[in-house]
Amino acid sequence: MNETLNKTSFSRLLVNFLTKYAMVIALVIVFALFAFLTDGRLLYAQNMSNLMLQNGYVLVMACGMLLCILTGGNIDLSIGSVICLVGGIAAVMITTMGMNPILTIIVCLLVGLLVGVWQGYWIGYVRIPPFITTLGGMFVFRGIGRLVLDNKTVAIQDATFLNIFTKYIKIPGLDDGEMVLSALIVGVVAALYVILHTVKNRADRAKKGYRQNSAVSDYLKSGLIAALILYYCYLLSQYRGISVMLVWVLAICLIYNFITAKTAFGRYFYAVGGNEKATKLSGINTDKIYFIAYTNMGLLAGLCGLLNVARVGSVNGSTGTSFEMDAIGACFIGGASAYGGSGTVGGVVIGALLLGVINMGMSIMGIGDSWQYVVKGGVLLVAVIFDVVTRRKSGK
Amino acid sequence: MSKYILEMKNITKEFPGVKALDNVNLQVEPGEIHALIGENGAGKSTLMNVLSGTYPAGTYTGEIYYEGKLCQFKTQKDSEAVGIVIIHQELALIPLLSIGENMFLGNEIRNKMGVIDWNKTYYEAERHMKQVGLNESAQTLVKDIGTGKQQLVEIAKAFSKKVKLLILDEPTSSLNDEDAKMLLDLLIAFKKEGLTSIIITHKLNEIIYCADKATIIRDGSTIETLVKGVDEFSEDRIIKGMVGRSMEDRYPKREHNVQKDISFEVKNWTVHHPLYPERIVDDNISFKVHKGEVVGFSGLQGAGRTELAMSLFGRSYGTNITGELYINGERVNLKNTEDAIRHKLAYVTEDRKTNGLILGETIRFNTTLARLDKVCSGGVIDRDKEVKVAEDMKTEMGTKTPSIEQHIGNLSGGNQQKALLGKWMFTEPEVLILDEPTRGIDVGAKYDIYCLINDMVSQGKSVVMISSELPELLGMCDRIYVMNEGRLLAEVDASEASQESIMGYIIRDTVRDTANT
Repeated sequence: MNETLNKTSFSRLLVNFLTKYAMVIALVIVFALFAFLTDGRLLYAQNMSNLMLQNGYVLVMACGMLLCILTGGNIDLSIGSVICLVGGIAAVMITTMGMNPILTIIVCLLVGLLVGVWQGYWIGYVRIPPFITTLGGMFVFRGIGRLVLDNKTVAIQDATFLNIFTKYIKIPGLDDGEMVLSALIVGVVAALYVILHTVKNRADRAKKGYRQNSAVSDYLKSGLIAALILYYCYLLSQYRGISVMLVWVLAICLIYNFITAKTAFGRYFYAVGGNEKATKLSGINTDKIYFIAYTNMGLLAGLCGLLNVARVGSVNGSTGTSFEMDAIGACFIGGASAYGGSGTVGGVVIGALLLGVINMGMSIMGIGDSWQYVVKGGVLLVAVIFDVVTRRKSGK
Repeated sequence: MSKYILEMKNITKEFPGVKALDNVNLQVEPGEIHALIGENGAGKSTLMNVLSGTYPAGTYTGEIYYEGKLCQFKTQKDSEAVGIVIIHQELALIPLLSIGENMFLGNEIRNKMGVIDWNKTYYEAERHMKQVGLNESAQTLVKDIGTGKQQLVEIAKAFSKKVKLLILDEPTSSLNDEDAKMLLDLLIAFKKEGLTSIIITHKLNEIIYCADKATIIRDGSTIETLVKGVDEFSEDRIIKGMVGRSMEDRYPKREHNVQKDISFEVKNWTVHHPLYPERIVDDNISFKVHKGEVVGFSGLQGAGRTELAMSLFGRSYGTNITGELYINGERVNLKNTEDAIRHKLAYVTEDRKTNGLILGETIRFNTTLARLDKVCSGGVIDRDKEVKVAEDMKTEMGTKTPSIEQHIGNLSGGNQQKALLGKWMFTEPEVLILDEPTRGIDVGAKYDIYCLINDMVSQGKSVVMISSELPELLGMCDRIYVMNEGRLLAEVDASEASQESIMGYIIRDTVRDTANT
């Protein structure tokens, strides 16, 4: 009797674990698969470093997109065009007009913000459907971007500008050798922080008498994360160290994770997506929430425009085409609900990395663009089918 | 040949972790109205879903005999094929389609080519609509007729499926007394023509009025079947069966200590319809509420009570709102719901699923939503504090749930209502507006909610209670305002009023209206 009980509770635990970490497990499997298929070339320090940098803009966009999707499955189609517009303005201001790079960055972020305010106003306060508003934006901003660029390709070579976004951090004296020690030190500090944070959290909970997770699962989880950080930083130290771009991207992800998980402001996005009428009657200005979601998206799209132009080095009229789709895909693969109200930054990061690993793995194997599209589309569909089916099975 | 049209024997249905039905037996004779009663979560709807094939044969144990034959329905279509039709509590009509289209949805009348024969569709639709006394064109859109008539459309739809056994799940929960009575009279008339019905309802007076037998279900088991004319067939007797104890007093006693101070006063409040601004929904309404007082609002559906309450609660309904609002003697202008909450006003909606709760979120999430700032420091949520608050509210409200991390959509209606009340108690209101606070919940949960109301007023706070159930208003309130068609008709002292006197105001007003036009 007791034995069967243990057995069922164990199998239930296993099922819970599998559904909760399904995407993490999928990422690990896909990663292992490509590591194997590429004879380990995927794991080269250079590739691992580039994985984050190549997909940095997706992560940043996806953080903004998540807020939009949370409000009710609403998406922003205009990001790719905004990236072209902002990148174009940056390139023209710096290269053609020879203006100050810092001023340029500020102007570019303001342009992104302005685009967001424009779309957010129509969506939030006039209640034009987001799909249509941003579809309009997609055409309009692409057009303006091309006007700014005068249909040419414009490059940026300004050192200050590039340093702000793409430089690898090198501390003189420390990082002169073959190995970039600063990356390793950062790794050790971060790993220690993760473990100490868990210890402190558990101690706090014990003191206040709150319910604890089992010590094994807590420490196993933080141990794994710490090990992962250490390993990644070790790889970075083997190849040029930490890029400023990585710092930008991680900072954005951490900030948005904090906002969505810990703040009242972040929670309102979940509330609006869960039930807008009830949220409104709870004294929350739902118009404003929509407005902020799209304003924020504009600002982040502006930042992405800068990150992208810095990384690629030039802008032309088709820069950023269909970038928004990567962000939307990352969100849905990462478990955001297409009806709004649920989704996490952590999930989105995993979704974006999954797409990134597939891209990179297939590129290393020399498989062309066309197949990459097919596989990416398939993964998106499978992920969402899995999500919907498990939700249905678990009752609601 | 069995003497029963329907016999359900030893039905047991399990969900993961819960036994929803445990050896339930139900026998229905042809041509009777059989009431199925029990508290929320007792298993009534589950039993009917087993019968209709919504839970297919094989997912439960036990046997169903219909007209003497053992039946194993795989889908709802199977049960409809033999004449068992279920009408669910939430109407399954599509507002933007016509009555005729709705009636034959999924069952379209087609010609030989497979194309819909609209002439015949509308002809047949109107034929069945006449049967239920619905005088509308079959081409009228469903959104343009009232809830009462929509319920009739559902019944006409059942007739179009050649119904022999009609199951109605809470058919009157969204109807006012007048429409409800009409519906029950219709069922009695059909009974004479040989139709058998099973009716699930919480309104005991309706059972006394129309049912021949009543089967009581409690915690997934059948307790007893009462037969009119044989057993004692009274509300008190039924309640005793439902809750397993007799309930002497359905309304808890309290000291009436209304204070002199007026906490909430409205003067000349006029509200226009949000979509048709020329239509006046509430016309020049003035009323006041004292500290420590429960004030009731009585009226039929469409009297403008909900609209009045929502327009007062931070203008969450209506346009061109004029009038004055005083809280504790001070004139205030509440521009939005945030303002209203800040002025210690709370409005608990009549429609908890659409306007009250975020069903996909946890009890914890819902509890703190209206005053999230109270569990925040610097905009950051203190999770531990939030958990504590939600736990406290759960205990205080007596919400039955395994954990506050449970999705609120998984709770029964009564517990959802308690959680919703908890959410608004957390805002620490001085004036609490309750809109149909006991709609669709069972007797036990009702009693708990009445006790909460009494607690509130004993602390010197004020409660405004909108209800369509007159006994409830008479049992709970100090004063009652009577509304009809957007106007305030009368103000009566609850101790002097009776159901008849209040209905009298409304009916006389309606009659005068008709005479004037």
